[in-house]
This record gives sequence, C-alpha cells and structure tokens, in this order.
Amino acid sequence: MAKRVSLSGNEAAAFAMKQINPDVVAAYPITPSTEIPQYFSQFVANGEVDTEFVAVESEHSAMSACIGSSAAGARTMTATSSQGLAFMWEMLYIAASMRLPIVMTVANRALSGPLNIHNDHSDSMGARDTGWIQLYSESAQETYDNIMQAIRIAEDPRVSLPVMVCMDGFITSHALESLEVLDNAEVKKFIGEYDPEQFLLNADHPVSLGAMDLPVYYTEHKRQQQAGMDNAKQVILEVAQEYEKLTGRKYSYFEKYDLDDADIAIVVLNSTAGTTKVVVDELRSQGIKAGLLKPRTFRPIPGKEIAEALKDVKAVAVLDKADSFGAYGPLFTEIRNVMFDNKDIKIVNYIFGLGGRDVDTKDIENVYGDLMDIVKTGKVCEVKKYLGIREKGGE
Amino acid sequence: MSGKVYKTSADATWEELPKAGIITEPGNAQQFKTGDWRVEKPEYDPDKCIQCLFCWAYCPEGSIKVEDGKVVGIDYEHCKGCGICAVECPDRAKAIKMVIE
Repeated sequence: MAKRVSLSGNEAAAFAMKQINPDVVAAYPITPSTEIPQYFSQFVANGEVDTEFVAVESEHSAMSACIGSSAAGARTMTATSSQGLAFMWEMLYIAASMRLPIVMTVANRALSGPLNIHNDHSDSMGARDTGWIQLYSESAQETYDNIMQAIRIAEDPRVSLPVMVCMDGFITSHALESLEVLDNAEVKKFIGEYDPEQFLLNADHPVSLGAMDLPVYYTEHKRQQQAGMDNAKQVILEVAQEYEKLTGRKYSYFEKYDLDDADIAIVVLNSTAGTTKVVVDELRSQGIKAGLLKPRTFRPIPGKEIAEALKDVKAVAVLDKADSFGAYGPLFTEIRNVMFDNKDIKIVNYIFGLGGRDVDTKDIENVYGDLMDIVKTGKVCEVKKYLGIREKGGE
Repeated sequence: MSGKVYKTSADATWEELPKAGIITEPGNAQQFKTGDWRVEKPEYDPDKCIQCLFCWAYCPEGSIKVEDGKVVGIDYEHCKGCGICAVECPDRAKAIKMVIE
C-alpha cells in the first residue's frame, strides 16, 4: 500500500533509487544534487540496497562508469547538476548513441559564470540535443513518479535510451514536501527485471560496443536514435497508464491546467508551474480565461499534441529559465516551431528566473497582463523579454 | 538473446543494422577491407626471405600470409601500408621493401 511521507526532492529521488535498488550507481557530488548520492551511499553502507556504489573522481568519470556498467548489462543510475552535467557532456552523447538505459536525476542549476549555484534550466537545456529523453518535474512527488517511470521507459527495447529526470534545484530539491510513495513490493513489480537484449557480460553471445562507425553506417545509427525517440512517445503513455492504475496519479506528455477554454496561456516547466497555477486560479476568479500548459516531456517534444492543446488560445507566453544568446529561449523555440501552422496565435518569450532569481505571483500576473494587452491590441511589441529585469527606462 | 538476425553490409538499412553499431558477431573485421587506405605497398621477395617471421609478428593488421609456418605473401585486401614489416625485416634479408602504389 502507498503511504504518505515527508521528503525533500533530493530525498524523494534517493528514496526512489533505494526502492529501485539498481545494480550500479556511479556519482560525484555537486550542489544542489549532492544529497542524492549522499543519501544513497548511506543506504549502501547500511546494507539497505544491493547496489555497487562507485565513488568516482569527477562527473565525466561518473557518466563513463555508468556507461561501462550499463553496457555490461547492469541497471544503472546517477544524479548531477549544472557544471557536473556540463562536465559529462561528451559522455552524455555516448550513453545515448550506445542506447544505454541509464536513469539520471538532474537538480537543475545555473551554469557558471559568473559562478552561481541556484536554479535555472541552463544545464539540462544545454543537454537537450544529446539524445537523452528529458522529463521535467514540478514537485518532489513528480520527481519520484518520473524516476519510477523513467526506468520502464529507458529499458523498453523499443526505446533503449537514457532518461534525464529534471527538477528545480533548491526550490524542489531542498524543500520538504508531503508526497505519496509506493511500497517496495509494488516498485519491484512495476519496474520488473532488467533484461537487456545485448550486453558485454553475456558470455553466451559476446558483443563489442562502441566500435568505430564510419560514414557508410553513422547516419543509419543516428536514424535509429530518432526511431527510439519516436517510439518513446508511445511507451511514455503506456507506462503512464500503468502507473496511474497503480497510484491514481495521471501523467502524460504535459499537464493542462484550465487550458481548454483559455484565451491566454503560459507554457512553463517545473516548479514555476505551481506558482502559475495560483495566478490562474486568481485570474479565473476574476472571470479572466487564463490557462497553463506544463510540459513534462521535453525530449521527445510532443509537437502535434502541444499544437492541438494550444489551438484555441489567442496568445501564449513561453517562459524560459534558460537563454540562448543571439536567439530565443529553448522552450520558446520548440513551442513556436510546433505552432507554426497556426499563425493566428501570438506567441511571446520571457527569459526568467535565471541563477535562482525569485519569481512570484506578481511576475506571473504581469505576464498574463501583457498577454491580455496583446489580445486587445493584436500587436506584439517585443517577442523576447527578460522578466523582472532592472533596466534604464524600465518601470 | 532475441535471436534477431541483423544485416551489416554497406547497403543495410537503418532498420536492418544492429542498434548503436553493436558488433554482434566476432571476427567480422575481416569483412572490412582496408587495403585501399594504402599509399605505399610492401613488396615481398620470397627468394630473399629467411623465414624469421618477424614481419608476421609485427604486422598490426595480421596481413602477412603464413602457411605451414612459412611466409607466403601479403594480404593486400587488409594491409594498410604502414611499412612496419619492411622496417622489421632483418638487414641481411631485406625481403620486404615499400613501393609507391
């Protein structure tokens, strides 16, 4: 039976890993995800898990060890943040292209410089093209639930891709929350045994992984990765349905909050969706038709489904907790791209909350206020804005 | 193992190739012909050869053909023309020399 517990986001992630009891965890500490390997190594020391914990000397080595272990046929997990994720860069591509179902929790944090340890999405957004599936989580509950489902998604032979489960550093990773967890037997049954098709320690049928791939094959192997992502769309829904039967909690590609009849909508990832829901409730009580779309799956991007969900709104603001200098925010780029065929809808981009800058209900109200102006005038003055920026001539 | 049959020839489609470039069968490097990488090729003179087998021991590609314990020639389909065999061939024999292709 499920029970209600009080855990921080990091504790929820470590607890999920304890229940999953992976064969190998290789990790290196970095704020704000440090507590995940810290708590997990305690579980190992106490004999509460059977996991081989590999304390490595860097994140590059952490992901390398994960790749080796996963290639050997072991269920493998890790966690990181920010510079740690950046340091894994080349290994992230290798994990994905070797089709290794590693599951990694990322407590999102800004990238230096200037040096900053607080939350934004620069780290995981930079990793969006590495070939990893990316799931985003509003709360500790969603982090826990996403990790459970990530194991199934990653290991499905139709997918065979690593999964990154993202939550907001400090805001979610360090805040205590009330959440519901499964019991160990339910987890064991839900995730099942990992049964890889090909792996290095299979003495009956030895294989080589990671050999040189010349031009005559490379493109075909990249096309296979795209097929894994395409298949993931179906698998994500199947796993979510099964998880809903078990827990009663519904998951899909994204969450719609008062969106179906909305005139104006915000698209935003992770914890800021919680703040936005409060504002939506407030605006709805005033008779303003505001709504929210909170993507859970960023890779693969559910393009058609997002376009369908937003088709009846008049103006959309996409809030990015990461920037692409000289271009637009990464989430905005995706959303406007999938909305291209619906040119009647105005779409604007706000860069917000960088390096942990607080975003409160007032900021979100301002965004909805701007959207109401856009609907009224039919005009977009600036496509890309910095929310709450101090600047000359500003208010 | 699923027992799935893969195709690995150069005309295989992405659906037919093993995923991630995994090499599913041992010894298939033989199918990969590297002879056209060569700029210079080793020429072997059996009359000068003293059968020390140094060339066979040093060749990084296993391209020295040996039968019944004796060098019989060079596998030009796989020899990349590195020239190690010509260097290692003892001075008193000099049975292998590199020539431009």
